[in-house]
Amino acid sequence: MIDTPMLLEGRNLTVTRGGVQVLDVPEFSLREREVLSLIGPNGSGKSTLLLTLACLLQPATGEILYRGEQILSEHSQLLHRRRLAMVFQEPLLFDATVYDNVAAGLKIRHMTRSEIKKRVMETLELVNLAPLAGRSARKLSGGEAQRASLARAFAIKPEMIFLDEPFTALDPPTRLALTEDLERILRETGTTAVLATHDRLEALRLSSRMAVVSGGRIVQSGPPAEVMHHPANEMVAAFVGMENVLTAEIKGASEGMLTLLLGDHTVEVAGSGSPGEMAVFCIRPENVTLTAGDPGGATSARNVFSATITRVIPMGVYSKILLECGFSLVAYLTPQSVGTLHLEEGKQVHVSFKATAVHLIRTCK
Amino acid sequence: MLFLTIFAGTTVPVAAAPKALILATTTSTQDSGLLDVLIPIFEKESGYFVKTIAVGSGQAMAMGKKGEADVLLVHSPDDEKKFMAEGFGSARRLVMHNDFVILGPASDPAKIRSAKTSAETVKRISKAGALFLSRGDNSGTHAKEKKLWKSAGIDPEGQKWYQQTGLGMGETLNVAAEKKGYTLADRGTYLTLKKRLGLEILVERDSSLLNVYHVIEVNPAKWPKVNRAGAKAFADFMVSKKAQGIIGRFGVDKFGSALFFPDAGKKPESLGM
Amino acid sequence: MELIYEGIVKAITLILTLDPEVLNITWLSLKVSGTATLISLFLGISAGTMLALADFPGKRLLVSLVNTGMGLPPVVVGLFVTVFLWRNGPLGFLEILYTPGAMILAQAIIATPIVTGITVASIQNLPANLKLQILALGASRHQMVWILIKEARLPLLAGVMAGFGGVISEVGASIMVGGNIKGYSRVLTTATVMETGRGNFDMAIALSLILMLLCFSVNYLLTRIQQRERPR
Repeated sequence: MIDTPMLLEGRNLTVTRGGVQVLDVPEFSLREREVLSLIGPNGSGKSTLLLTLACLLQPATGEILYRGEQILSEHSQLLHRRRLAMVFQEPLLFDATVYDNVAAGLKIRHMTRSEIKKRVMETLELVNLAPLAGRSARKLSGGEAQRASLARAFAIKPEMIFLDEPFTALDPPTRLALTEDLERILRETGTTAVLATHDRLEALRLSSRMAVVSGGRIVQSGPPAEVMHHPANEMVAAFVGMENVLTAEIKGASEGMLTLLLGDHTVEVAGSGSPGEMAVFCIRPENVTLTAGDPGGATSARNVFSATITRVIPMGVYSKILLECGFSLVAYLTPQSVGTLHLEEGKQVHVSFKATAVHLIRTCK
Repeated sequence: MLFLTIFAGTTVPVAAAPKALILATTTSTQDSGLLDVLIPIFEKESGYFVKTIAVGSGQAMAMGKKGEADVLLVHSPDDEKKFMAEGFGSARRLVMHNDFVILGPASDPAKIRSAKTSAETVKRISKAGALFLSRGDNSGTHAKEKKLWKSAGIDPEGQKWYQQTGLGMGETLNVAAEKKGYTLADRGTYLTLKKRLGLEILVERDSSLLNVYHVIEVNPAKWPKVNRAGAKAFADFMVSKKAQGIIGRFGVDKFGSALFFPDAGKKPESLGM
Repeated sequence: MELIYEGIVKAITLILTLDPEVLNITWLSLKVSGTATLISLFLGISAGTMLALADFPGKRLLVSLVNTGMGLPPVVVGLFVTVFLWRNGPLGFLEILYTPGAMILAQAIIATPIVTGITVASIQNLPANLKLQILALGASRHQMVWILIKEARLPLLAGVMAGFGGVISEVGASIMVGGNIKGYSRVLTTATVMETGRGNFDMAIALSLILMLLCFSVNYLLTRIQQRERPR
């Protein structure tokens, strides 16, 4: 990935609104064929960043470079907008047929009627919307409308596509279907994309790189797995679904292993540090294993405790188990496992996790 | 779209017609239909395009005072004399006259039918407190009506039975007919509406009911933009034999008698003024 | 009641016999109000769109001025235009007082705020991000404005119809600046007032009916256009 050409760069971008700084991104980069997801809570600045990168919003400071060239004049901004496409949370379709909507970008670029027809039909095939070409946009369902909006964007064969929470307003099955289709289209066309979303699973599925945006800043950026498993701070940890985030004190350190005091228990985690330091202990709930009795030698995990189940919450494809073992812990199990182990409130179980499954966030004293 | 723009273009250029002349006159004069006969003849002969603006005598003279009209055809002698005295007109010539009549319901509650003079008439109306409709709009008719009250020494202003419509002659007549009240009208308008009205002429032919029309050329010395040649041409026309002849014959076929009496050249005294 | 019946009969008679004076008056009404509406369409939609899309201190004040202008009494407009167009007035040199041109001017002044006000509301009523979406499709500023206007065509045409309705039916300004001159500046409304003043009620009713017929026809046409390009 490192040697693919740089497509878009941003430097020292700041945006102020009503005297308040809403975006502060000193450095931003996007390479060809990357799918970058921007995740973060509402109001964190994801949309602002997208609009700025698309030259739809003027930053107070900073510059944007396309393939190394700065975009300055009105004209170059127009050219920039012509090479990208953007899809918003609302479909924002025109009061016309699906065909006319998808053709809109092409008409703007003064393509001939026959060229337009060819391109529109191709694109409609791509998004599985061909049968609805003559339908009025007002008569589409939410999913069909957003599909049309995607078609309108892809019809112009953009170099990069920006999507601002495109599936947030859709119901789960539609959301899933469209996410799959988007993934396929991005793969088949090799289009570079930046996707803003607050659905981390969607981000995990679609993107090759993930950036966490909070308070107008990019607080962490990297491959999705890394961000999910090694969040840079507590805020990111909470956002990426690291359900177990607890403060602990380092008691001992030797040979790459640390001993932490967590509640009344001693846990061993991989890492480095000095005794007396405080750290934030994080472990993903998927990495917490439950057994009915003491697993004894059957497990290679260093950390095994007994715990009491305080609640079992079914969440669909998995169930959330709340545990109490001197400190609170959350584990995810499949509903089948819950059944097999006869897990219920009040039951005593053993929890275990590997030393390497734990992520530590260093706090400053 | 294109069609609309084209026809729009055809409307506007009619702005400055060849030699336009602004004639300010009264609604009753226009309503009589006399001008519809006279004006086309004048336009054909002289080549002027006459813009006839029919308003009340008061407004017509106000326009003359501001130089916004070239020639006036009005029937409010006292105000006209003041107009001339103040130098707003360069020439004033007698054209024609008709008369006013006092109308009312057939039942005649104030018993004015037997009155000998118009002064007597209005006194009886006032005494009986009978409903009287005034135009109240500073028109020639209104001026004449005010003079009647004044010469009888009555001030009807504010009295319950005295109602001012602020409307034109035709409309005022309709209100009077509707409310079964008395009113003053020029004979011409009355004759035109007589059929539908249900009002009767109760008092007429008193010398104070004479309605005299003059043509006044606005003084170009005061207002250089005035079309002095056009004004003179029109005034000359109105007192010409031809026009006077038409005036004298107007209305005979429709009403059996002429609506106006041509008076060009006569001395005002001969009319009993 | 029988007066209305008489009026209807007279109206039909005048239309069927193609009475030249009535035809003249009707055609002039259409020309004058049609031209004024056309002018207000261009001015109103451009000004309204610019106002809706722009952002500047005092925008709210300007919009409320426009909205006030929508209710401007035609008689007041007529009075002011007359004073300006008087021979000795500031625009007297134009010499258009008592001409159809002056009537078009006054009516355009009456109709433009109506079209502008409704345009502002129509454009502001479009989805907030639509402007960005259109720009993101690569539209230039001009293309963006044109597409927005097309998107708002339903309420915009309603605005044009409101403007037309306002001026085809007005009489105060038309009488004052036009002078109601026979065969020249006399239109349906001014003729109706004149006939009423004379007491010729059947004629007045007949003219009113013809006026309403004219209004309906024009609005029917505009409604057809308004609803035309909406796909089923």
